[in-house]
Amino acid sequence: MDALTNTAEIESWKSVCQFDDLIDNVGVCVLVNDKQIAIFRLSDSRKLYAIDNLDPFSHANVLSRGMSGDLKGQPVVASPIYKQHFNLNTGQCLEDETVKIPVYPIRTVNGKVQVADQSET
Amino acid sequence: MKKQKLVVIGNGMVGQNFLQCMIESKARDQYDITVFCEEPRPAYDRVHLSEFFSGKTADDLSMVSHEFFMQNDISIHIGDKACRIDRKNKQVISAQGVTLAYDKLVLATGSYPFVPPVPGHDRDDCLVYRTIEDLEAITAAGKRGKVGVVVGGGLLGLECANAIKSLGLETHIVEFAPRLMAVQIDEAGGDMLQRKIEALGVSVHTSRNTILITDGEKLKHKMIFSDEGTLETDMIVFSAGIRPRDELAKDCGLEIGQRGGIAINNQCLTSDQDIYAIGECALWNKQIFGLVGPGNQMAAVAADHLSGTDAAFTGADMSTKLKLMGVDVCSIGDAHGKSQGARCYSFIDEPNEIYKKIVVSEDGTKLLGSVLIGDASDYDALFLYASNGIDLPEHPDDLILPQRDGSASVGLGVDALPESAQICSCNNVSKGELIAAVDSGAMVLGDLKACTKAGTTCGGCAVMVGQILNSELEKRGIEVNTDICEHFPYTRQDLYMIVRSEQITTFERLISRHGTGHGCDVCKPTVASILASCWNEYVLKNQHAQLQDTNDHFLANMQKNGTYSIVPRVPGGEITPDKLIVLGEVAKKYNLYTKITGAQRIDLFGARVDQLPHIWKELIDAGFESGHAYAKSLRTVKSCVGSTWCRFGVQDSVKMAISLEDRYKGLRAPHKLKMAVSGCTRECAEAQSKDVGIIATEKGWNLYVCGNGGMKPRHADLFASDLDDETLVKYIDRFYMFYIRTADKLQRTAAWMDNLEGGLEYLKEVIIDDKLGICDELEKEMARIVNTYQCEWKTTIDDPEKMKRFRHFVNSDKKDNKVVFVQERDQIRPATAEEEKELLARTA
Repeated sequence: MDALTNTAEIESWKSVCQFDDLIDNVGVCVLVNDKQIAIFRLSDSRKLYAIDNLDPFSHANVLSRGMSGDLKGQPVVASPIYKQHFNLNTGQCLEDETVKIPVYPIRTVNGKVQVADQSET
Repeated sequence: MKKQKLVVIGNGMVGQNFLQCMIESKARDQYDITVFCEEPRPAYDRVHLSEFFSGKTADDLSMVSHEFFMQNDISIHIGDKACRIDRKNKQVISAQGVTLAYDKLVLATGSYPFVPPVPGHDRDDCLVYRTIEDLEAITAAGKRGKVGVVVGGGLLGLECANAIKSLGLETHIVEFAPRLMAVQIDEAGGDMLQRKIEALGVSVHTSRNTILITDGEKLKHKMIFSDEGTLETDMIVFSAGIRPRDELAKDCGLEIGQRGGIAINNQCLTSDQDIYAIGECALWNKQIFGLVGPGNQMAAVAADHLSGTDAAFTGADMSTKLKLMGVDVCSIGDAHGKSQGARCYSFIDEPNEIYKKIVVSEDGTKLLGSVLIGDASDYDALFLYASNGIDLPEHPDDLILPQRDGSASVGLGVDALPESAQICSCNNVSKGELIAAVDSGAMVLGDLKACTKAGTTCGGCAVMVGQILNSELEKRGIEVNTDICEHFPYTRQDLYMIVRSEQITTFERLISRHGTGHGCDVCKPTVASILASCWNEYVLKNQHAQLQDTNDHFLANMQKNGTYSIVPRVPGGEITPDKLIVLGEVAKKYNLYTKITGAQRIDLFGARVDQLPHIWKELIDAGFESGHAYAKSLRTVKSCVGSTWCRFGVQDSVKMAISLEDRYKGLRAPHKLKMAVSGCTRECAEAQSKDVGIIATEKGWNLYVCGNGGMKPRHADLFASDLDDETLVKYIDRFYMFYIRTADKLQRTAAWMDNLEGGLEYLKEVIIDDKLGICDELEKEMARIVNTYQCEWKTTIDDPEKMKRFRHFVNSDKKDNKVVFVQERDQIRPATAEEEKELLARTA
């Protein structure tokens, strides 16, 4: 299921930080129910993205420390370890179509960034 | 099939080239190869022999790696002279008593310097100039005397005079003919050359015939000339031409030319069908070829013939392009205009000391020859006109006259050349062969040179090789896309110039003016590096932070499990016991794995991101600075202990290394920069494997550039010799800023040099002669970087806002549970996947 559909029905939103604490294009990592989630705010739309922090290639929790940007119109982050790119909307790896990482619903409410870990709902 | 025995006598440049041809030949497996080498070392580069005096060692000049003979299964008898050929029993007998049977024999015995039989020619310190041993003898004699004379004003004589001058001796050239380089150039050219050389402080005596050498009154020798003139000197070096080493061939009854030389046919076979002769010992069509290019052609022909391939040597071009004592001297084809009906055009520019002449055919359509003194820029085009018989333009004199109206030179485009045109004469590479190499995938200059060998001996044709490559790529419609990524339709060099000229200080401004989209992990770090090279602002400043990849962002090196390693700066590798203790205490406190790096520093591994600022606070309090191991910037200046302690050292290498490290620390560049300083020629700091290497001499410092270790090792090139401290720093300033200005993204200096049109000579012209008029700018740009240095870690720990970034979770103080260590050899290491699973299960 696409993690970004039906956000209205989600009840497990967790506030993780202030929107204004983020820096454009610089990721941070948040902890939600013991799950590590990398969140990014891109400079163009100031839109937020939430993906799993675990890099499936190096098995290290590092994706929040990757460089974000766009490739062929898709918002992406590059793993800081072996440099594969992941689509921030879908979690799809651009270099290996068999690899897709989890993505999570994210929104801003009253200046607070909220993330939902759906695996717990 | 039983292998045939192939014996090669001589391991000079041509002999070695022959071995190389055999290794690459399809018939390699049909022969057991054995080589006799009279000299105490295998083949070395005699063309660049004079560089021995500017600091190159016998090892630098060597053309053969230590493993060559073993790897290729070739036996070599080094230091053993072949002294007899027994043709009846097909055997070669050596001075040390080795007897070897042969099926095929190749004579590559070379030549010896001709010493005129003047009474007294065999006195002490009367020497010749051919081998490394000769050069060592010249150096030793130079230390004993004040004045040196070279007998012979030909090509080698002039090189030799330069060498003697570089030893600090008063230098004279004595020439029998009425002018210098009488074989290659005409009278007017000889006059111009003589004037230029005398201006350099070398006395030239032409039309002098030495009849006696005897005891001098003030100096060791007195030379007496036929006109009763005399000249006193301490050393005499004979460089009056070469004679073929044909004695072995003569003794065994092979056909020899009237004036010497082993007669060969078009297949390089002598009068014995099992014996070949190649190089300077061979006489083809009554001609001896005293250049390496034709010798290599003979080597290839002989190797082809041995493998059953039809090939022929049909003569070779003796055109030469040289820089003698800094003076350009070129000679092409019929330089003297001796051909039937030949006519000349000449141009003399006395104020600038330039002489140019072309010799054209009677009907004015073909170029037969040329002489160029003082300006070699027309050589390539003229050579191609002459060697390929290309029709001359309507006014041939346009080829040598200065272009004042801004119109393009009438020089020849590479497209006008036939495929048979020889581009590299040293390695006999034609335009057609270059095209074939491009077809099979050599799309960049470095690859093209590597796979064809074009431009790798004297380097004179490298510019043309580059032009052919570009033209061929264009013809194939291969757009060489040099854009750095989809966001910028520019090369890194373009972006650098845009940032400088428009004074752009942020990525946002650059991409909004000149790019599209939002950037990526390729263009962002590239632009970050350019901005830092130009303006040197704090890299974690808010608008720059997003451009830094994780290492620059956290000012540490990310390891495989997401933790970081820390490398504090240890300038020159010199460290006090107190600081060493601090490193140990910090490592112990934070439980870090410690390892000494190859760059004389200490690396501390396994720090979590939240630990980094705490660790650095302690290091900075103890006086450490960032080592920039995480950045594409100067890493370290390695040094040996130098003259302070070492009994061999001639300069204080540690002091120099520390001052250089202090000057260039924090300098961001297209790639990392490594330096080293050695205190003597033993080179313990391995400076020749660095981007910039410095080796102490008795008189100052030798500067080497563009070396590399790593995956594709490259020995650094000697760039300048015996520099004082100030000049050394000036050249390095210019070198680094020119590299930063012109290199590709992530291009180390070694690859940059391999792809630089014009190579080392061009680089010298830019940096030493200021050919582009930019040296002042380059120095100012470097001064700005030096004056705005800051320790990034100090700035970071002084700023509470920046410190906030060093957390694993922004909403929790928990640690990353996947960072798990186990113990090995009394230190931590990252757990393997299995170990991690086991440990996590145990804790759960």
